Amino acid sequence: MSKNKKCDKHEVRLSGSGGQGLILAGIILARAAVHDKKRVTQSQSYGPESRGGASRADVIVSCEEIYYPEATRFDILLALTQEACDKFLFDLREEGILVVDNSIVKNISLLSSKIYEVPFTEIALEQLGSSLPTNILSLAFLVKISGIVSEQSLKKAIEESVRSAFIDVNLKAMKLGFDLAKKYK
Amino acid sequence: MAKEEVKAPQELEKDWVLMQGNEAVAKAAIDVGVKFFAGYPITPSTEIAEILAEELPLNDGVYIQMEDEISSMCAVIGASLAGAKSLTATSGPGFSLMQEAIGFAKISETPCVIVNVQRTGPSTGLPTKPGQGDIMQARWGSHGDGPAIVLYPDSVKEAYELTIRAFNLSEKYRTCVILLMDEVLGHMREAVLLPDISKFRVINRLKPTVPPEWYKHYEEDQKYLSPLASYGEGYRFHVTGLAHDAHGFPTNKPAEVKTMVTRLKKKITHNIRDIVQIESFMMEDAKVAIFAVGIVSRAAKSAILKARNEGLKVGLLRPLTIWPFPDEAVQKMLRNVETVIVPELNQGQLIHEIERLTKDKTDSDIVKIQKANGELITPNEIYKSIKEVI
Repeated sequence: MSKNKKCDKHEVRLSGSGGQGLILAGIILARAAVHDKKRVTQSQSYGPESRGGASRADVIVSCEEIYYPEATRFDILLALTQEACDKFLFDLREEGILVVDNSIVKNISLLSSKIYEVPFTEIALEQLGSSLPTNILSLAFLVKISGIVSEQSLKKAIEESVRSAFIDVNLKAMKLGFDLAKKYK
Repeated sequence: MAKEEVKAPQELEKDWVLMQGNEAVAKAAIDVGVKFFAGYPITPSTEIAEILAEELPLNDGVYIQMEDEISSMCAVIGASLAGAKSLTATSGPGFSLMQEAIGFAKISETPCVIVNVQRTGPSTGLPTKPGQGDIMQARWGSHGDGPAIVLYPDSVKEAYELTIRAFNLSEKYRTCVILLMDEVLGHMREAVLLPDISKFRVINRLKPTVPPEWYKHYEEDQKYLSPLASYGEGYRFHVTGLAHDAHGFPTNKPAEVKTMVTRLKKKITHNIRDIVQIESFMMEDAKVAIFAVGIVSRAAKSAILKARNEGLKVGLLRPLTIWPFPDEAVQKMLRNVETVIVPELNQGQLIHEIERLTKDKTDSDIVKIQKANGELITPNEIYKSIKEVI
C-alpha cells in the first residue's frame, strides 16, 4: 500500500467467531478511516447467537464512492478461527496480507510472503491479563503492517468507540499490537 | 454517454461521520419532529428502538415498548390522532402482525410511519440476514383495497432523507407510509455528511381553519386532501375502522362509501408525481437496464461500472418510491432498452411489475436473478448476467 496511490480501494475482512469483538474492531477501523478523511463502509455478517457461530466484519476504504459494501477480494484478511481462515483464504488478493492467530489457526493452505502468524490470544492473556482485547491487539497489528489507516486515527477511534472504563486496556492492546508488528515487519 | 470523470483523490470534509443505517433513521425521526415511538424490538431493526428509547425522552417525546407489534401499531395510530408524529420500527414477523392496524391507519387516514428492516423469511427465517421478501407485503399485506406509499433507500444518507420524506408524505396525504430497508443497510455503517435539517422542507399536517362546530374529519379538497384536527384541541370527531362519512361516523350508503374509497385511491394517484421518485444511473444510451431496489442496486452499480469500462452499454433504474409503482417512468425508460435484468433478494416479486410494464418484450428479454438464501447478490453475479445478454 504505497502512499502515492492514495485512491486505491482497500478491502478488509475481519473474520472469526461471535464474541471475539470483530464487528467492534470493524467499526473502529471504519471510524479511523473517516478520521483519515477517507470514504468507508463497514458491513457485517453474523448469526443469531450472542456468542459462537461465524462472525465477520468487512471494511472498505476508498477516496471514491463505495457502492457494494461487502468485501469480495481482500487486501487484508484477519482470521481468528480455523474455519474463517479456510473459508475466506482463497478470496485474498495475490498481494494481499493474511494475519492469523496461530494459537488457534494451525493450518494455512497457502504459500505467500505476506502471511503473519501471531499468537494474539496467548499474548493478550499473558501481557494484558485477558483474551478480551485480542480484537484490538490484532487490529493494531494489521494497521501497523498495512498502513491502511494512520496510527493516531486508530487511537482516536478506539477512544471514541469503547466505554471509558475500557479505554486504557484497549490502548495498551493497541500499543502492544504496534510493537509486535515492528518485530514481524 | 457515461460520465467517466477521472477524479483526483479527494479528502472528505471535516463534518463527515461514520453512521449506521438504523441510526440514520432514528436521527431523522428526531430531526423531523417525531414525538412518539411504540414498538417491540426485533432484529435487524432493534437499534432504531434502542436509540429512540434514549433520545425521545430528551426531545419532549415518549417511547413505549409494547407487549407486541399489534399493540405497537395501535398505539402509534392513537398517538398520531393526539397530534404527535409517530413511528414504529420492525422486521418481517412484526410487520405481519401490524397489517390489520396498518389498514386501520389507511381507512382512518391517520399519518404515521412504519419502518420495516427486512430479513430473510418466511417466519423467523434468518434474523440477521438480508432478504427482500416484503416488497409485496408492503403493498398488499393489509386486507381490503387500501392505498400504499412505500419508500426504499439504498444508503445510510438516503435512509436519513427518506425517513424525513416518509413523514412528509404521511402528514401531507394523511396515511401510513412504509419505509422498507434491507438488513445490510440497517446494520451497515458508512461515512456520511448529512445536510442540516434546516435544508429540508418539513411538512406538517394541515390543521382545520374552521370553528370546531363546522369541522368535518374527512372534508376533502380538489387534491383529495383534508385537514386534520387532533384530540384535545376542541374539535369533536369520530374515528372508526368502519366505512364512514365525512364526519367519521359509520355509513353503508353506497354513495358515501364510494366517496371514501375514491379519496383513498385518488389522493395517491392524483398526486403521483409528488410521491414517486426514481433514480436513473447511466441509462442515457443503455441497451441493457438493471432494475433493482435498495442494497441490490449497489451491487448493480458496481457491476455497471465494470461493464462500462469494457464499453458495455448498461444502466440502472432504481425506484426510491416502490409503491405506488412508478409505471410511467419505468415504461418510458425501458422503452429503448433491449434487455432488462431484475436482481432481487427473493423468489420473484419486482419481476411481476416489470413483466406487467414490458408487454413489448419477449420472455428472453427479461432476465431474473433471484436469491433468497440470506446472502447478497454480488456485483460479479450481475456482471456475468450482463455479459450473457450483450
